[in-house]
Amino acid sequence: MTATVQRARNLPDERGRFGEFGGIYAPVTLLPAIEELIAAYEDARRDPAFQAEFERLLREFVGRPTPLYYAASLTEKVGGARIFLKREDLAHTGAHKINNAVGQGLLAKRMGKPRVIAETGAGQHGVATATVCAMLGLECVIYMGELDVQRQSLNVFRMKLLGAEVRPVGSGSRTLKDAMNEAIRDWVTNVQTTYYLVGSVAGMHPYPMIVRDFQAVIGRETREQILAATGRLPDAVVACVGGGSNAMGIFSGFLDDETVELHGAEAAGEGLETGRHAASLTAGRVGVLHGSRSFVLQDEDGQILEAHSIAAGLDYPGVGPEHAYLKTTGRAQYHAITDAEALEAFQLLCRTEGIIPALESAHAIALAVRLARQRPRDQIIVVNLSGRGDKDMHTVASALGVTL
Amino acid sequence: MTSRPSRINETFVRLRTRRELGFIPYLTIGYPERESALELVPALVRGGACAVELGIPFSDPLADGATIQRASQVALQNGVTVRYCLETAARLREQGVDVPLVFMGYFNPLLQYGLEHFVRACVEVDVDGVIVPDLPPNESDELHALCRAAGRDLIFMVAPTSTERHLREVAARASGFIYCVSLTGVTGARDRLPADLPAFLQRVRAVTELPLALGFGISRPEHVAQVRDLVDAVVVGSALLDRLVSVAPAERASTAEEFIAWLRSGAETAATVGEGS
Repeated sequence: MTATVQRARNLPDERGRFGEFGGIYAPVTLLPAIEELIAAYEDARRDPAFQAEFERLLREFVGRPTPLYYAASLTEKVGGARIFLKREDLAHTGAHKINNAVGQGLLAKRMGKPRVIAETGAGQHGVATATVCAMLGLECVIYMGELDVQRQSLNVFRMKLLGAEVRPVGSGSRTLKDAMNEAIRDWVTNVQTTYYLVGSVAGMHPYPMIVRDFQAVIGRETREQILAATGRLPDAVVACVGGGSNAMGIFSGFLDDETVELHGAEAAGEGLETGRHAASLTAGRVGVLHGSRSFVLQDEDGQILEAHSIAAGLDYPGVGPEHAYLKTTGRAQYHAITDAEALEAFQLLCRTEGIIPALESAHAIALAVRLARQRPRDQIIVVNLSGRGDKDMHTVASALGVTL
Repeated sequence: MTSRPSRINETFVRLRTRRELGFIPYLTIGYPERESALELVPALVRGGACAVELGIPFSDPLADGATIQRASQVALQNGVTVRYCLETAARLREQGVDVPLVFMGYFNPLLQYGLEHFVRACVEVDVDGVIVPDLPPNESDELHALCRAAGRDLIFMVAPTSTERHLREVAARASGFIYCVSLTGVTGARDRLPADLPAFLQRVRAVTELPLALGFGISRPEHVAQVRDLVDAVVVGSALLDRLVSVAPAERASTAEEFIAWLRSGAETAATVGEGS
């Protein structure tokens, strides 16, 4: 068996670059901490004891491996290619975010940092981080945009129950990007004692690499499972992309399999033409945000625009630099899915399969359905069902005109 | 191409000859009002500023504290763009402002304007240098080469956390002056400066002959008195902006002038003021 934590591929280079994307655009105060993190991660990754502990926690605490499920009824209903679901919604805390939180939590502990900070949008990464900090006995502070605190009050309560302090962020658009700004400011201020546990493959090097590597377990399991179930590789792999961690996690298992298409579903919000969306790869331009060069939603003058999506976890105006690289090299394709399409797919999955997906994951379902329709039954599409939808009941009810 | 020493360089040579501490105030262009810089910069120079930092606002200023975040947001609401910042610099020169002007701006707006285009424009409007707080030496190759070719100074920052290797990297590339961040944190007025400041500044002096300007947290004459023998200049931003918005609009220019004069009084008192030993 291959080691659980490994460089999922030979990128980024030593400057943290995926081609022209990535890098370390950080205030100088942070540079030593970033170098310390790079060294500590390299050291941990080579240490069999660290690997073993990570594997044990993924198995016993997270509940891995998560199943790969053949969605027979959905396939029947759509009437095209066969659709399989990678059930990350069944992981502890209800989403893939926990894989990375466990890995980085162990790294924080190993580095002797008693205090962990994180940013969160929908609250899933905040909950995963608070969970791991509770388990490992680390102090935990979560930054969350004021708007998200209102939209995701249930997750705020969960984080508090888990012993985390939740700090609402009132600056800027009061959403994920501002929470990330504030987390970086905290890190700059408390850099000696604090570990910044980034939740996505965005941000400055080495985070896009570390988060991808800890999420790569999704892709490795999926590859083994689809081979065991069908005897062959899938024709296409589909995942939603906000910052892009669940997508990088599953894509990384298939990057070297040239016959496997990789498709990312971005949030088109109310429609690309309205300007109210979060489709950085589809409609953004190359820029620098939160320490890395990638596609960014921005105005003519380089000011960062607010993102919009019904799924708070996709509501981010940037995207991980490796996705920018996969897009420009043509290895992956990215599509934009509107709020309405995601809501429709959300209900379709509920009714055909008895699975309530997260609104983020519903974007991937919508794209998979679109692709499956155009393909014959002998093709296979695997969707990363990155999270469950319990957190979204209020949002969905309100969108459907139901008062709870 | 440019053979004459930079205006920044000349300014620091003059300060050293006179054994004077330089004062470099920071303003966000377009704050509090869109055109404020046009009256505030001349007032700061009258107050004794040896150079002025002009902030180009950015939507996501992640190295800045509450004051400059708010200033940036207001400036953007006032319609400030990179182009407008360049125009403001040009108008200040037309008004006869002859101290060094240094832009302070995050990387993305400069990148979108076009780095080459931006540096050429700096030459045209006679801005002497640029500080980019999210562009460490390793990412600065292109902008550094453009600035060097155009005779502009790309000002690098160092922090108390900087390793010897970082300090040497900066020293190898820097020109004009080196911006020393006084503390591990974001910009903003502070009650006191860190105790280990002298040791940090000695580490920087050990690797460079360039002038040192100290910024972040400096807000009163006592701070100036503490550091006047350690550095060539001090940068004051948030404390100035806080003061400016606490007075009526008509009093801002005189307040700016008096504020610099007030800070300068710290350079004239004994260095040990406020210290027990």
